[in-house]
Formats: sequence, C-alpha cells, structure tokens
Amino acid sequence: MNIIVTIKQVPDPEAPKESFRIDAENKLILNPANVEPVMNGYDENALEAALQIKADVGGQITVMCMGGTSASRALKQALAMGADEAILLNDKAFENADATSTAYVLSEAIKKVESYDLILCGRQASDWDLAQVPSGIAEYLRLPSVTAVQKVEAQDGGVRAERLLEDGYEVVDLPTPCLVTVSNETNSPRYPTLKGIMQAGKKKIPTWDLGELGADAARVGSAGALTTISKLEIPTFDSKCEFIEGDTPEEMGVKLALRLRELKII
Amino acid sequence: MAQGVMVFAEVAHGELSAIAKEMLGTGRRLADALGEPLQAAVVGKGVGDAAQEAIYHGADVAYTAENDALAQYQTMSYTDAMETVVKQIEPNILLVGMSDNGRDLGPRLAFRLHTGMASDCVNLTINADSKLMEATRPVSGGNATATVVIENARPQMATVRGKTSEPAVRDDSRSGSVEAIAVEIDAASLTTTVVERVKAESEGVRLEDADIVISGGRGFKGPDDFHSILEPCAKTLNGAVGASRAAVDEGWVPTQMQVGLTGKIVSPKLYIACAISGAAQHMAGCGYSKTIVAVNRDPDAPIYQRANIGVVGDYTKIIPAFHKKVAELLQ
Repeated sequence: MNIIVTIKQVPDPEAPKESFRIDAENKLILNPANVEPVMNGYDENALEAALQIKADVGGQITVMCMGGTSASRALKQALAMGADEAILLNDKAFENADATSTAYVLSEAIKKVESYDLILCGRQASDWDLAQVPSGIAEYLRLPSVTAVQKVEAQDGGVRAERLLEDGYEVVDLPTPCLVTVSNETNSPRYPTLKGIMQAGKKKIPTWDLGELGADAARVGSAGALTTISKLEIPTFDSKCEFIEGDTPEEMGVKLALRLRELKII
Repeated sequence: MAQGVMVFAEVAHGELSAIAKEMLGTGRRLADALGEPLQAAVVGKGVGDAAQEAIYHGADVAYTAENDALAQYQTMSYTDAMETVVKQIEPNILLVGMSDNGRDLGPRLAFRLHTGMASDCVNLTINADSKLMEATRPVSGGNATATVVIENARPQMATVRGKTSEPAVRDDSRSGSVEAIAVEIDAASLTTTVVERVKAESEGVRLEDADIVISGGRGFKGPDDFHSILEPCAKTLNGAVGASRAAVDEGWVPTQMQVGLTGKIVSPKLYIACAISGAAQHMAGCGYSKTIVAVNRDPDAPIYQRANIGVVGDYTKIIPAFHKKVAELLQ
C-alpha cells in the first residue's frame, strides 16, 4: 500500500507558555526564541500509522511538506523515522497561505505522485488549529475521507478506520485511494533510530516550486486565500483567584467544601 | 446577492439536536444584526418535526433535504445535500456546529462551495460598518485569539464550538415556512461504509451532561488515583470524572474522558482540576465552566490564572478531606 503523509512544521507546542510569541501587526504566530520548530504532533501520529501499515502490508511512504526551506528539518525527521521519500513544496508564492490555498498546493503535488492508495494527515496543525486542509485535499482530489480517527489499518485491498465520536467510535470501511486524518489517540510515534538519522542524512529532499507543480499562481499562497485574519492577540484573563488557606492539606480540603457550600455551588 | 443566515440544523435521533439550538440562537442574533432572515437547513430522513422545531427555535424558514441515503451521516452524502441547498438558497452566512458530524462536514462543504471558513469559533459578530461576519477563534491551543473575516466568497462559513453560545429558547407561537428541497444523492459517490458504531462503556453521569466535573492530570502518575480518589468524590457530588490529555496519552484513562481542545468541551457549574497545570489545550475544554477550582502543588501553575478558587497543595490529601466534608454537608 503506497501512502502519502502530509506534514507541517510548527512552533514547538511544548515550549514554555511564556515563550509563546505572535506578530500582531502581520498576524503571524512566531517561533519562540531558542526553541527549534518541530513536526506537528498529529502529523507524527499520521506518519507512525503509515509506518505500521507499511510494516503490515508493505509499500512506499512519501512525505510532503509545504513550508520554508527550514521545513526540510521536519522532512529529515520523517525520513529518519522511516519514510521512504520526502518532498518539500517551497515557493515564495506559497507564503501566507490559508487553508484553501494550502490544500490546493498539496493536492496539486499529490497529483504528481504516480500511484498512491492512502493519504494520511494529522487531524489538525497545532499552530492554527484549523482542521480544514485534509478535507480540502480530499475534495480537490474527489476522494472519500474520514476525519479524526483513533485507528487506521489496511484491510482486503481497502482501508478500515475508527472515527472518534463523543460517546464512542464508528468503524468505517473505505476503498482506495482515500484520505484519513489521524488523532493523537491512534499511537505513540516512534523516535528516529541512530541508523535512521544516518540514512536520512544521505537522502536528497527534492523541492517542488510553483513551476514544477504547474499550478495556478492565482490559487496559491496569499493570492488564493479566501479568509483574512483581521486581528491576532494573546488573550488576557482576570486573575481573581481566591486561595483557600490552611495549615494542613486536610484542613484546606475541608475549608474548600465549606466555601463551595457557602457560595451555594454544592 | 447572497442573503440570509443559514444554520445547518443537525438532527440527532430524529430530533433537533442541542447544538442546532445553539446555532439557531447565534444565527438569530446575526440575522437580526443584518436585518436578514434566519434559515435552517434540515438534512436527513423524516426530518419534518425537526424542521418545525427549528421554526420554534427562531428560524424564519426551514429547508428540508430528505433522502433515504441521508438516514445516517456520511461525509459525501451530507456534503452533496448541503451543496444543493446552499446553491439554491444562496445564503450570506452559513453556520455549522462542531459536533462529531459538523466538524467533519464543515470543512468539506466549504471546499465544495469554494468559500472560506473560520473553524471552531467561540464568538461571532457582525461588523457594523462592513456588515461582514467577524469570527473569533482560539489558535495555538488557545494561546492566541484570531479574528477571521471572509470578504470575497459566499457564504461566509464558520464552524462553532459547542457550549460557547446560548441556545435559542423554544417559542411554539412562532410561525415560519417549511420548504422541501429535492436532493439527489449519487449512489456511486457513496463508497464508504459504516460497519458499526461502538458506544464507550461509561457509568454514572455523562461527562458532557454533568453539573460537576472533577478531573485529574499529569500529576497523577498513574490510573489508580482516578479510581480511588476522584471516582468516589464524583459519585458523592453526582458528577463525572474527566482527565487532561496528558493522562489520556499516558494510557491511564480512556479517550472519552479527555477534556480539552481535541477532547470534550464541558461547561459545568463546577469544574475541579486536580494536578492539572492548565495548558491552553486543556482550558479550551473547560474554560467556560461557571466556577473553576484548581488543586495543584505548584503555586505558579498557569491554572491559577484561570481558576476562581485555588488550593495549593497535594490533591491526594486535599480531595479525600474535601470529599468527606462534602458527604457530611450533603447528608
């Protein structure tokens, strides 16, 4: 089963909260100082799912990332984890894309891949939390899709996925080719091995630009965006926390109960 | 010209869903601000009663799209049906609630309609000058807030997070028309099959319905304290037990207990967070609770910036003492 995994490089969500930075003027989420950007966590889950399917039934894994040249870092990590090929989609014209123009570029790139059975994506990217791009790729390629799954596996020439529901899950069978988005419940992504890192270092990562894709310049980057961010800010909260004091934790527990009763909350 | 505020009025088990009522409440407010009608799109099979309920909940007109192939939600069939309705009515705004199905349908439909969409919004308003919808949404797991506008495409679409807006109040003296829109579903496009639906085992009060939720996080170091400390306390309070993503990722508790951005969004009267640091990802799921109590050993934990009441200390001692006193008080 040949699998394409789309990934994004994002500011490290595990970076200390105080280091979170934005450019309010230009409406950008910035990378924190001295913290290297990382592969989006849900995309790591998607890649791990691809690697497990490959271990089960064989095949080829191609990873694609739209981003600046620094995003080759995330692609190197994907190769080190075990992906077979990595492609960087990079062009000045791709910058400041929204979900619409990002999905367009990724779908045009996927069209260039000779044969694939399954596209796996993370359920959303942890910077903008849109959860739109995978559905856009599926729509542009006219593929059946299932979003936010806790399990995905190859089965009898097709794909079986478990879509998360509020009170459980549903089991969905899809024909190939199809697109599935993966949630963090699916697996724990592996760490690259030393051997994997060595091998990844030797691999070339081709860059595809607008010309290479033969895509419509009016539909990429900011030119193809349909949404505009009019304001970006860091919310502030009134910190009016009332602290329960006490000499022992037990005393504080009792006082908490009494205070909540006093406030008629319990 | 595109006119009207349309709401995807989701039907669950033959009835107008709770989230549809929230969308109708929000939609009514936007429609009034624009002086445009509120339209409900009711998709499914046998949805006449739900359409009438949508009128009672504020819609001026309800459009039903019925077909045997729409008996249960499937991405393709529902996208096809909504595409037909939207292309015929040409609304100015289209709102979809972030239910299990809405969060899947919204993006696919936006791309089908070649329009822009703001995801997972927590507030929607109409700009008095431009008359455009301004959609506010948390980004980076809630670390920042973005306002999104869609200038050059219609309808202006938004998916809206549950429990962030007041549901419409039912008024059965309201009148409005219910109109059927014929939808054809191309059977050849329905290539996916739902094999089965599996309900997660859960005891007691459902997390999303509970008035009181008590949650545990990374500081628990294992599953044991969920069972021995939180569960008895929740039982006494007639509440439910939740968890942070850290506790779920560690495998201590099942996914269905996760409160947060990618888990459940709860807004109980009382939310007690034990050994939870208060990452934006978690607060996205409980930030709208009426009262938040934080129990954490670290006095500098970010949760105290969002909590109404804080208890700095060891939850393994505080909660059992709290529980014992609560049991006394409730007797």
